[in-house]
Amino acid sequence: MSDLLSPTEIEHIAALAHLIITTDHYELFASQLSSILVFISKLQEVPIIDVAPTSQVTGLVNVYREDVVDQARVLSQTQALSNAHQKHNGFFVVPAVFES
Amino acid sequence: MDIKELTIQSALEGFQKKKFTVVDVVRACLANIQKYNDDYHALLTVVDEKTLLCQAEKIDKTDYSLPLSGIPIVLKDLFTTTGLRTTAGSKVLEHYTPVYDATVVARLKAAGAIIIGKANQDAWGHGSSGENTDYIPAKNPYDPSRVPGGSSSGSAVAVALGMCLASTGTDTGSSVRGPAAFCNLVGLKPTYGRVSRYGIIAMASSFDTIGHITKTVYDNALMCEITAGKDAYDATTGDQQVPTYSQGLDGTLRGKTIGLPKEYFELKGMDPRVRDATQAAIKKMEDLGARVIEVSLPHTTVAMACYYILVPSEVSSNLARFDGVRFGCGRETFGLEAKRRVMIGTYALSSGYYDAYYQTAAKIRTLIKKDFDDVFTKVDAIVAPSSPTLPFTIGERSSDPVAMYLSDIFMCPVNISGVPAVNVPCGFVGDLPVGLQIIGPQFGEQNIYQIASVYEKATEWYKRTTPV
Repeated sequence: MSDLLSPTEIEHIAALAHLIITTDHYELFASQLSSILVFISKLQEVPIIDVAPTSQVTGLVNVYREDVVDQARVLSQTQALSNAHQKHNGFFVVPAVFES
Repeated sequence: MDIKELTIQSALEGFQKKKFTVVDVVRACLANIQKYNDDYHALLTVVDEKTLLCQAEKIDKTDYSLPLSGIPIVLKDLFTTTGLRTTAGSKVLEHYTPVYDATVVARLKAAGAIIIGKANQDAWGHGSSGENTDYIPAKNPYDPSRVPGGSSSGSAVAVALGMCLASTGTDTGSSVRGPAAFCNLVGLKPTYGRVSRYGIIAMASSFDTIGHITKTVYDNALMCEITAGKDAYDATTGDQQVPTYSQGLDGTLRGKTIGLPKEYFELKGMDPRVRDATQAAIKKMEDLGARVIEVSLPHTTVAMACYYILVPSEVSSNLARFDGVRFGCGRETFGLEAKRRVMIGTYALSSGYYDAYYQTAAKIRTLIKKDFDDVFTKVDAIVAPSSPTLPFTIGERSSDPVAMYLSDIFMCPVNISGVPAVNVPCGFVGDLPVGLQIIGPQFGEQNIYQIASVYEKATEWYKRTTPV
């Protein structure tokens, strides 16, 4: 079977997903993801004209709550920061978006 | 008291009648953790002995008035626990210590349960065997050369080996029922929205359900009374009243109609020994008064393809938040299966492919759900094997993702349509357990528990504990 996805496409999808795939895994992923795509392409055989999509199975729609702060659910700044690798003056340190 | 045979029901009775104490039971669990965990890898984190014994003594000094007073339980490591490491089975969260409890965890604690540790699992819930953990995979206690089922692998192993009396799991496609089937236990996949997902690390949000694993149907029903119900923190939880499931288990199967989906029984990949065990169980149900008819779920053949578009799509979205900034390690830490699923999902949702994949699968989801709705106008429950095969050997399917995905062909359609199902033990082939799946209409947990319980009382397969 010729692979549906080339190693170049694997690189592109990985970039979209913010994943780092090492070059030695390109071939493995190209082959495995291609076989998954062949498997899921079965769906194209099913007639779906006039069928509405389902994303919620129990039929709930527009579930609202009061627009008030629930103190029981609010984390303190210390709690929120407790698992951060890098913090500075009580804030998270995030990767730079713009180059200086 | 043999902890591997002890049920929640008999433990609560033993505490009341002063036959043994909570301290005795907790010590017995810790002894089995000590004895088995290095070989079977059921638990990733164990609460320290002093803390556990202190909790146990406190309960022994007061009374046993709560519904789960002094019952030691294990939580799947997707369940967020205040101050207790929660890894999701992934190295990304190897050092993550949450600052709040999942709703279910809070409810179990309030009911008197003692949390003894956190269970191994396929990382993020991605797997059917337990082998996709980023730690050392758990082994099947009935045959350590075989998988225990996944993704709630450690949860099942811990109950079977007497490290606790019950455990929690999540079921997005099979992850409670599969390990329960492979380890001779009772596992519930509740109706979507029956149990709150708040505080449970998400896999695929429109599929995730929060279940649990026990030795008996009674124990399972009892836990469900505690975990189920509306939660303001999860908008998908339903308003439906929560019955006292454990009090509605008696009776016979007279008047019940059970459907056998012909597409399931025609599947070429079904092990004939599993088919035989299932047919014997169905015969037993007929003897107990049930009427059995053949039914059809015509979209079975495309259900797995539908599942493996929609679920990875939701996975790619849910795992996008793990950036290593606020908590956890960076994205380079994801294991291979997580990367595969994120990539498939990213591809299926990407511009130009969305209609062909995601949108098509969402429409087929409607058809699969309708298959179940139609059948439930004719029957009270659907019965089928949980897995088409016996527990497979470690490594047998790990290099072939599609073969692994097909392990769940009788279970994933249940999640696609949001209905509940329970696995109940239905016999052995040699030393290997076989599990039977009883599926009901949405919010029909009471009915499937009752059918499972009548069958269990007539067969008592759960009494055959692990050979080790």
